[in-house]
Parts: sequence; C-alpha cells; structure tokens
Amino acid sequence: MSTATQVPAALEMPRDTYLNAGYGVKSWFLTKDHKRIAILYLVSITMFFLFGGLMAVLIRLELLTPAPDLFQSDTYNKLFTMHGITMVFFFLVPSIPATLGNFVLPMMIGARDLAFPKVNLASWYIFMIGACFTFSAYISGGVDTGWTFYTPLSTSYLNTHVVAAALGIMIAGFASIFTGLNFIVTTHRMRAPGMTWFRLPLFVWSMYAVSLVQVLATPVLAITLILVALERGFHIGIFNPQLGGDPVLFQHMFWFYSHPAVYIMILPGFGVISEVIPCFSRKRIFGYSAVAFSSVAIGVFGFLVWAHHMFAAGISTYSALVFSLLSFIIAIPSAIKVFNWTATMYKGSIHFNTPMLYALAFIGLFTIGGLTGLFLACLGIDMHVTATYFVVAHFHYVMVGGMLVAYLAGLHFWWPKMTGRMYPEPPAQLSALITFIGFNITFFPQFVLGYMGMPRRYHTYPPEFQVLNVLSTAGASVLAVGLLLPMFYLLWSLKYGEIAGNNPYRATGLEWQTESPPPMHNFHETPIVTQEAYDYESMNEEEVVIG
Amino acid sequence: MDSHAATVEAGLHHRDPELHNQFDTLEQQKDTAHLGMWVFLITEIMFFGGLFGAYLVYRNLYYPAFVAGSNSISIFWGTLNTAVLICSSLTMAMAVHSAAIGARKLLVGFLSLTLLLGLIFLAVKGKEYYDKWTEHHVPGANFHFDDPERPGEAPVPADVASQTSIYFSLYFAMTGMHALHMIIGVGILLALIWKASRGSFPPHHYTMVENFGLYWHFVDIIWIFLFPLLYLISRTPAMH
Amino acid sequence: MSAAGEHIVSPKLYVLIWIILLCFTGLTTAAAFGDFGIFNPIIALAIAFTKAILVVLFFMHVKYSPRMTALVIGCGLFFLSILMVLTTADYISRGWMF
Ligand SMILES: [Cu+2]
Repeated sequence: MSTATQVPAALEMPRDTYLNAGYGVKSWFLTKDHKRIAILYLVSITMFFLFGGLMAVLIRLELLTPAPDLFQSDTYNKLFTMHGITMVFFFLVPSIPATLGNFVLPMMIGARDLAFPKVNLASWYIFMIGACFTFSAYISGGVDTGWTFYTPLSTSYLNTHVVAAALGIMIAGFASIFTGLNFIVTTHRMRAPGMTWFRLPLFVWSMYAVSLVQVLATPVLAITLILVALERGFHIGIFNPQLGGDPVLFQHMFWFYSHPAVYIMILPGFGVISEVIPCFSRKRIFGYSAVAFSSVAIGVFGFLVWAHHMFAAGISTYSALVFSLLSFIIAIPSAIKVFNWTATMYKGSIHFNTPMLYALAFIGLFTIGGLTGLFLACLGIDMHVTATYFVVAHFHYVMVGGMLVAYLAGLHFWWPKMTGRMYPEPPAQLSALITFIGFNITFFPQFVLGYMGMPRRYHTYPPEFQVLNVLSTAGASVLAVGLLLPMFYLLWSLKYGEIAGNNPYRATGLEWQTESPPPMHNFHETPIVTQEAYDYESMNEEEVVIG
Repeated sequence: MDSHAATVEAGLHHRDPELHNQFDTLEQQKDTAHLGMWVFLITEIMFFGGLFGAYLVYRNLYYPAFVAGSNSISIFWGTLNTAVLICSSLTMAMAVHSAAIGARKLLVGFLSLTLLLGLIFLAVKGKEYYDKWTEHHVPGANFHFDDPERPGEAPVPADVASQTSIYFSLYFAMTGMHALHMIIGVGILLALIWKASRGSFPPHHYTMVENFGLYWHFVDIIWIFLFPLLYLISRTPAMH
Repeated sequence: MSAAGEHIVSPKLYVLIWIILLCFTGLTTAAAFGDFGIFNPIIALAIAFTKAILVVLFFMHVKYSPRMTALVIGCGLFFLSILMVLTTADYISRGWMF
C-alpha cells in the first residue's frame, strides 16, 4: 500500500501552541478557545461511547443463546435503553460537530474563533449537566423506556427514572442547539477575506446544514420531553389515552426531531468524507456544488419524512402514502453524494492512508444502510419488518457503519492537526480493516434475522435464530477490538508519534496552512483566500516542479 | 475604529477594548450578535411551535371541550394582561431608543418601567392560576369540571367535561412556558438595570440592551397568539 | 451591511404602533363575543398576525434591518408550518376511506 505521508526527519514541534498556552485546570475548564473546548468534548464523548459500547457488549452476550441466561427482562430493557440513549444523545449527536467541527470549522474559514466563544464553552457545561441528569437516572436504577420514550409506556406504565433521563436529554439538547447556532453565525459572519460561499470546504457546508437541523428540530424535542415529564409528574393527560390524549401525537413530535436527528448524525459524516476522498485521491471533488447543495437538501427534506417511523402506529393511510413518497425522495441527494465521491476517485491517484480506508468503508456501509432504508420507506415491506432486527441492522449500518466510521476517518485525518503528531499508520490501517470486517459480521446477520421475523427489544428468541445471533455476537467482539485499538495507539502517539508538520497529507484547506498544533488564535496572520477548495491538481503540478 | 474601511490588519493592531478578539471590527461584532439573537429566537419559535401544534390537533379533536374550558377563564384578566404586555413592549422599545441616543437616565427609567409591567403581568397570571386552583381546574388528581360559567345554561356533558382536562393541560403548559420566559426576562432586566445605571451601555455599545429587547418583544408576540387561542375561542352563548 | 440599531426610529412612531396594538387588542376581544361561525378563529388569528407583524417590523426593527433577518424569520416560520401542516394532515385524513 502506498501512503501519502513522507515526513522529512527534521520537523520540529511549533513553539507556541494552543496546548501549551496554559496548563492549569482553569486554563482548560474556563477556556474560550474552540480548540480546547473541542478537546473537552472529545474526552467526554469518548467516555460516553465506552459506556454505551459496554451496554452493547452486554446485550450481545445475552443474545448469544435463546434462553435468558444473563439478565432478566427488566435488566435487558434497561440495557438497550441506556445503550440507545447514550449512543444517540451523548455520542452520535455531538460526535463530529462538537469535536471535529468545533476544532476545524473556524480554521477552515480562516477565523480566529467561533462567533460566540462563551456560548461554546457554556454548551459543553450544559451538555455535561444534561449527562449528569441522565446518568443519575442510570445509576439510581436505570430507565427502560427505550431511547424513544414512547407514551403511554413511558408516562403511565413504568416506574423507573424517566423524568431525570428525559430532562437530561432535553438539557443536552440545548448544548446541541448552541453549537448549531454558533456554527451558523460563524459561517455567515466570520469568513476570512476571499472565502466566498463556493470556496468553502464541503465540511463547512455540511456543518452548516447540520446546524440548521440542530437549531430547528431540537427545540421540538425539548418541549416534547418537557410534556412527557409533566405528564408523568402531574398526569396532565396530553399523551394519555385514558384522559383523551393521543400517544400518536407524541410520536409525531418526537420523530419531528428524531428523524432530522438522523441527519444531525450522518451529515457531518458526509462532510468528513468529502474532505478525505479528494485529499487521498489527489483530485478535485467531482461536482462541488452538487455535493454542497445536496447537504442542504438533505437537511431540509429531512424535515418532511418523519412519519415513516409511524407507519404501523395507526396514522392515516393517505398520510402514510405521502410520507413514504417523501422518504424515497431523500434518497436522491444522498445518492448524489455517493456518486460524486466515486467519481472523484475515478482516475485519481489513490493513497490508502487510514482516513481513506475508513472513507471507503463508509461509502460501502452507508450505501447498504441507505438502500435498506428505502425498503423501510416502502409501506408494504415496512409492515412486515417494523420493530424487527431488520430496522436495527438498517440504522446501525447508517449510524455505526456510516457515522462512527466517518468520525474515525475524521479523527485520524485531523489527529496530526490536533496533536501535532501522526498516528502510527500500520496499526491504524489494521484497526480500520478489523472494524470493517467486524461490523459486517455483527450487523449483516441482523438483516436476515429481522426479515425472518426476529423482533427487537427481547432478550429471548426461538432456537432457530441462534446461528445468526452467535455470528452477530462473534462479529461484535471483532468490532470491539477494532474500536478499542485506536484508543491505545492514538494515546501512544501523543508522546511517541512522528512529528507531523503543518500539512502531512499535502491537503488543501486553510486548517493545513497553520501550524500543527495550531497557535492560540489559529493563524499568525489572517489568511486571504484566492482559490477554490480542493485544488489538488495544481498542487500536484507544483510538487512535480519542485520535486 | 468603526469605519467601514477598517482593514483586517488595522483591526488586529489597535483594538477597541469592547472589541472581542475573534472579530475585526465593532460593526462585525454587533452584526454577529444580532444574527445570533435572531437564530436563537427561531429556536424559540420551534419550541413554542411544538405546543401550538399540539393545541391545533386537540382543538380540532375536542372543540366543544375547548370552548367550555375557554369560557371558564377570565377574559377580563386576559385582556388586561395583553394590554400590560403591549405597554411593556413600548417601554422596552423606548429603552432601546434611549440607549441609542445615549440618554442613560431615560434608559434606566424605561427599563425599570418594563420590569414593573413584567411583574404586573406575572402577578395577574398568578392570580389567574390561583383562581383555577380553587376551581379544581388544574389537571391531575383533583381535576373537576362541571359548572358552566354563565348561569341559566345546560351543564356540560360528562365526556366534554373530562376532555376539558386536555384544554387545561395545554393552557397551563403554554402559559406556564410563557411565564417561565417572562421570569427569565425579569431576571435579565434586573441585571440590565444595574449595568445601565453604572453606564455600561454607551451609544456605540448597547447590543445587549438591543438583543434583550428582541427577546422581550418575542415573548410579547407569543402572548399575542396565546391570548386569542386560549381566551377567545368562542364567547358566544349559542355555541354549545 | 448596516446594523439595525443605526436607524433611529422616532418615539412618535413607537407610540402610534402602541396605540394601534391596543386598539387591535380591544377589537379581537370584542370580536370573540360575536358569532361569525367559521370566521371567528380566522378573525382572531388575522388580528394576532397583524399585531405580531407590527411588533416585528417596528419594535424589533426588522423594517430597518438587513434582509438576512427577514430570511431567518421566514426560515423559522417555514419549518414551523411543516410541523403544523404534516401533523394535522394525518389527523384530518384519518377518517377518510379509499
Ligand atoms: Cu427516519
């Protein structure tokens, strides 16, 4: 395999960086520097990811055999609820925006910081306060509503700590709103001279679309969860059928957020992939404006499809027809992206560095996730596979195979920028491969299981499903190795990694023009942009002349 | 410093103390804060939007119950409170105006008037809530609805009476969320009055007053919709 | 792009708007006592929207602000209408038969 990294021996770490600008506890916990806040987020969401991952491991262990050996049904319900809540609200939603986005977005547009640094810091604190609420519910006995909090189950029939968990998610939602607000305003007002909208890196476009969704959808989740809490506390009847309330209204309001939230989770991944593919193909992105506009289109269309989660919940047939059609339409901008990435690689000089390996895995896995989504958007098939493992497999292909893999791609891609040191290439490539293989062994059998009729959220199943479940659990252990490896070698690289230099991948983009790690205010001089993004062709030519 | 022509480099070298590091000019800083506030208000629209959506659905499902419930709340206090909030919007607009022309005493005066009107609104709201509490119209275990407000009318049918619980749930959720915003606004107002009296808002730097004004007017607008939706559904005797 | 605060609106205009808003409040209360059938909620909402627009344009200075502000508001209202329309569409069409 050829790699793009050839680091000359004489590189030195820059003298003044954001990392050595202060060492005290205060210099981190009261920082207004977007880069340090990104690190705060990175550490916290890694913790939450490990917790959510542990829950997943326990779930898979229980499902190794058809009989209930390890947990009682109550405990199992709590496990998948905690897995879902933690992974969705405390890992996936903030993952790329609050860490990688926070770190590189201001640099990509040539700004010294986000527009509202204090709001940015506040968002981390709000996020952690929300996490405290939700985790206090876990510790004091757990929650067993499922991550969706469906009423009236959550409001009238369970006596676990639903209110604390729901309020925690609502509070963490405000962190997400503040991040989105900051990004929107920053992208509008803080761009460097010459950085026009159509010179923006595609990562910024996708972050902009994500931010729109965060700002517009999250408040509806907040009010919905407040109503759930009120319903539980005071029996007000809004979602309680005994008092005339309609549980389906809860589903409408919940999915009005939670379907767009799927795009909060996946759009940032699209952005990362759009950065990685041109860089390691040494080519300009194919169809820049198509990719940019498809991000915005996905963000907007994402608001029109939510009731595809409710086809079996008793919504009107006409409504279901319309939502089914609209759900098909959203496949168009997603497909545009996949085609454009593929076309970008065509005749490119492809380097198989780790970010690129993850990006390639992303394209394959996301395509499977997206196409099975079309099965589910189809009314007839959806009736057959609603609430089965088919759905579980589908959204894990999108969320893990898509988003988590893209997050790892981005983390490796910008790791040298964040730390000043390269991750070690061979173990990183190996772990990308292990992740890809382990992921497929884990989740592909679940498509088959779901199609055969295995329902989700049960800790027992008929014996004829055991072979595929064992396969899935075996895959999960491979996947776990693939996901744990990076934690070790990335930590190792903090001290022993090769010094990266400003631009180890010879990538375009303003973030690569400053030092690694960047100084406090990102740039010693405000950059002036004269070129479009991804001009790899002329960069390659220059190198031929120099070389 | 505030000239349009100020270049990026000039902005970096001799900086106004009010100018935060990430901005180049005071004007950019002001525009940015302004845009940020509007985007925040959009999230507020969506937040209340969820409640308005629920209202729309249930009003269509249980129209007679909504009429009955609406007739049981006091149109007098509702109209009075609407007027109070509109007056407070005027005083708030005048406060921003005073800040713009640099009249410190006027600014403090108008902010205090706004605070006073806000408190009057909350007091009236409290009185209304208290009345509902004594009438057992607060949803929950003690909820009980039977009496038509106007004498000489037939009592409300039992199913409609129980459905009014939904109306009152929405009434308390919507006005409660609105009142919460008012309380937050009153808190910020106190801080603003204190800062304004110390002269913290010179004519070239009063973005905070301006943005708070936007927030206050926004809360007023929410009430402008809550008032007809909750109080004025139908006051004609013939309706039920 | 000029900031909103730079345009100083005369206090007289504010007072005028205030009087109009109070008149509309009286009007909408009065209208609630009349029986206009289907038009009752329409009148109430029309008055509410008029009042809101007056507040937004004059008290909130949108009339004198960059067009971006109006765009932001329009964007919010657009997505709000998606929530309202698609949700109620479900409830309205539930009773329909093929
Ligand atoms: Cu969906």
